[in-house]
Amino acid sequence: MFDGYTLSELGSILAMQGFAGLILFSVFVLMALGLAIIFGQMGVINMAHGEFMILGAYVTYLCSHIFQNYLPGLFSIYFFVAMALAFCASGALGMLCEWALIRHLYKRPLDTLLATWGLSLILQQAYRTIFGAREVGVSLPDWMMGSVPLTDLIEIPINGLFVMALTLIITAAVGAMMYRSGWGKQVRAVMQNRVMAGAVGINTERTDRLTFGIGCGVAGIAGAAFTMIGSTGPTAGQLYIVDTFLVVVFGGAASLLGTIASAFSISQAQSAMEFFLSGSMAKVLTLLTVVGILMLRPQGLFTLKVRK
Amino acid sequence: MSFERPNLTRIGSALRRTVLTGATALAALSVAAHGSMAADVNTTGLAVTDDTVTVGILHSITGTMAISETGSVQAEKLAIDQINAMGGVLGRKIEFIQEDGASDWPTFAEKAKKLLVNDKVAAVFGCWTSASRKAVLPVFEQYNGMLYYPTFYEGLEESPNVIYTGQEATQQIIAGIDWVVREKGAKTFYLLGSDYIWPRTSNKIARKHIEKLGLKVVGEEYYPLGHTQFNSVINKIKLKKPDVIYAIVVGGSNVAFYKQLKAAGIDMTKEKPLLLTISVTEDEIRGIGGENIEGAYAAMKYFQSLDNDNNAGFVKAFKDMWGQDIVIGDVTQAAYLGPWLWKAAVEKAGSFDIDKVREASPGIELTTAPEGYVRIHENHHLWSKTRIGRAGADGQYELVYETKDLMEPDPFPEGYQ
Repeated sequence: MFDGYTLSELGSILAMQGFAGLILFSVFVLMALGLAIIFGQMGVINMAHGEFMILGAYVTYLCSHIFQNYLPGLFSIYFFVAMALAFCASGALGMLCEWALIRHLYKRPLDTLLATWGLSLILQQAYRTIFGAREVGVSLPDWMMGSVPLTDLIEIPINGLFVMALTLIITAAVGAMMYRSGWGKQVRAVMQNRVMAGAVGINTERTDRLTFGIGCGVAGIAGAAFTMIGSTGPTAGQLYIVDTFLVVVFGGAASLLGTIASAFSISQAQSAMEFFLSGSMAKVLTLLTVVGILMLRPQGLFTLKVRK
Repeated sequence: MSFERPNLTRIGSALRRTVLTGATALAALSVAAHGSMAADVNTTGLAVTDDTVTVGILHSITGTMAISETGSVQAEKLAIDQINAMGGVLGRKIEFIQEDGASDWPTFAEKAKKLLVNDKVAAVFGCWTSASRKAVLPVFEQYNGMLYYPTFYEGLEESPNVIYTGQEATQQIIAGIDWVVREKGAKTFYLLGSDYIWPRTSNKIARKHIEKLGLKVVGEEYYPLGHTQFNSVINKIKLKKPDVIYAIVVGGSNVAFYKQLKAAGIDMTKEKPLLLTISVTEDEIRGIGGENIEGAYAAMKYFQSLDNDNNAGFVKAFKDMWGQDIVIGDVTQAAYLGPWLWKAAVEKAGSFDIDKVREASPGIELTTAPEGYVRIHENHHLWSKTRIGRAGADGQYELVYETKDLMEPDPFPEGYQ
């Protein structure tokens, strides 16, 4: 397939393709982070993760409308406000759901799967009722679209850079919270031994609620960011859920590092294969490889711990 | 647009005349007149009374396809409303029973059976994806129902129980490729699609035609439905430098594809490469955003911006009924034709009987269609023009070309299977 191309063309394409892989990596990490917090730290299988993301996307959509109509002067920076609001909205909804639904099911981790799947259907229908069945268009400030041309062939998409930077910041923030803050210590203590954590005075219920809320909030930010690269509709969350679970399960749910490593390997493998094979074939091979590795190593790349 | 005053059929007007000459007790007589008609116009036990006829609407209003099918439901309801306002069909008001296919093909089949067997509807307007149509097809053939199917699709089908009001693949594809070769001097093509039957069959037809013209396909690719990362294929396109990207991406993937294409620095307004699609209607552009697809070309039979009296009236009525912000795509317009074509066939047959309606259907013309004149072919597809539109930042297509003659529907093109 490389006949008739000059070396510089091939070099450029490899660079572009590497960059495409990095963007995919960032997207995967961003999607999976919220789920990894909830699944990894709490052992709750949150099937409604995609719907929490889409809530973030809808918040962005509403923000874009409000800024366009009432604050056109600030439109170029509305996206940051939208992301903050998306975090709050998804986080608040997450805490509400934890309080109303999830906390009754901590002793039955498999039932959370069914309950959250039901929740995802309810949320989808709610979006459909509120925002209509059609996809909505989120308009973005001009500076976020387009690309930076480096050479004739190499062009760096700005939204790709944006997603990468955002992923870096969010990952650093989550990492710091988990491993440097008091809250993180409490979360890890509750995960390792709930009874003991309670005995030393940690409010385990509050910790659970906050963890779930933060996981959902991160999903909301991801959803806001994905309005740049994907669609916003009632069922758009379903587009991401499979990849998200793939990344988290393959990584081994307990550690953030596992999620990152797994996102990196899956994204690089997929984008390399997409270049040499057709898109569908690349997907099939990626899934087969992941299934194969999970058969040999069911706990994922890094060790999985579920609350006993 | 002026929908004409009620076009009473010969039977209808004859009866009306007898009623009118009677001059006394008009209401009572007219009921009696209808009563005598009911047996004539319905010999197979359909849901037809003296004043009403019941039809079915079968689309997904929940699930992933609701995005696309909502427009069709709205168009069908509008058409039924307008027909009722003109006096209905054979003097009977249309009532409809709406069922939800829920984006699930077995559900479609089950609901189709319910409509035909329990409700005994006289016609069904419905389905959107080919998968749902294939699922209901055996039901319609077994219980002898009539389905008006609105979507442009891959062809390779011709059922006596279906009227296809959208274009089949050759109508959309061949005229589009001929145009881009003639007007834009295109020599090389990159074919791209979502991975299921419609894009694959369509691209097969496109490839045959391109190669028949002595031109070259430099790449052909399919991505799973719902795929959201197109950077790799965009890189490949940049490497191969085709004159035309021929894109048949559908659903949520569309949004991701066009946003990423723009982000990767491919400016479609410069037409290097030019993008030609057969899958993006105005409906999809709402999700994509006009600024992200500006400059792309689409080949289909209807655009909301078509400048004719029929369409002006249709767009106005549609917006009055469903909201001023709404947009109308190709399939929505095709769905709107369904009830009108059925009405015309019933009135030509003078009967609601499925067999008589089927017999009457070929040759039925519609001069009031928003897309202009259409006619039903013997193979149950429509003769229609194919048009090329160019997407603008406002999310509307601007018409740049239309075929001079109606394109003949050819669901089984030779050598393309």
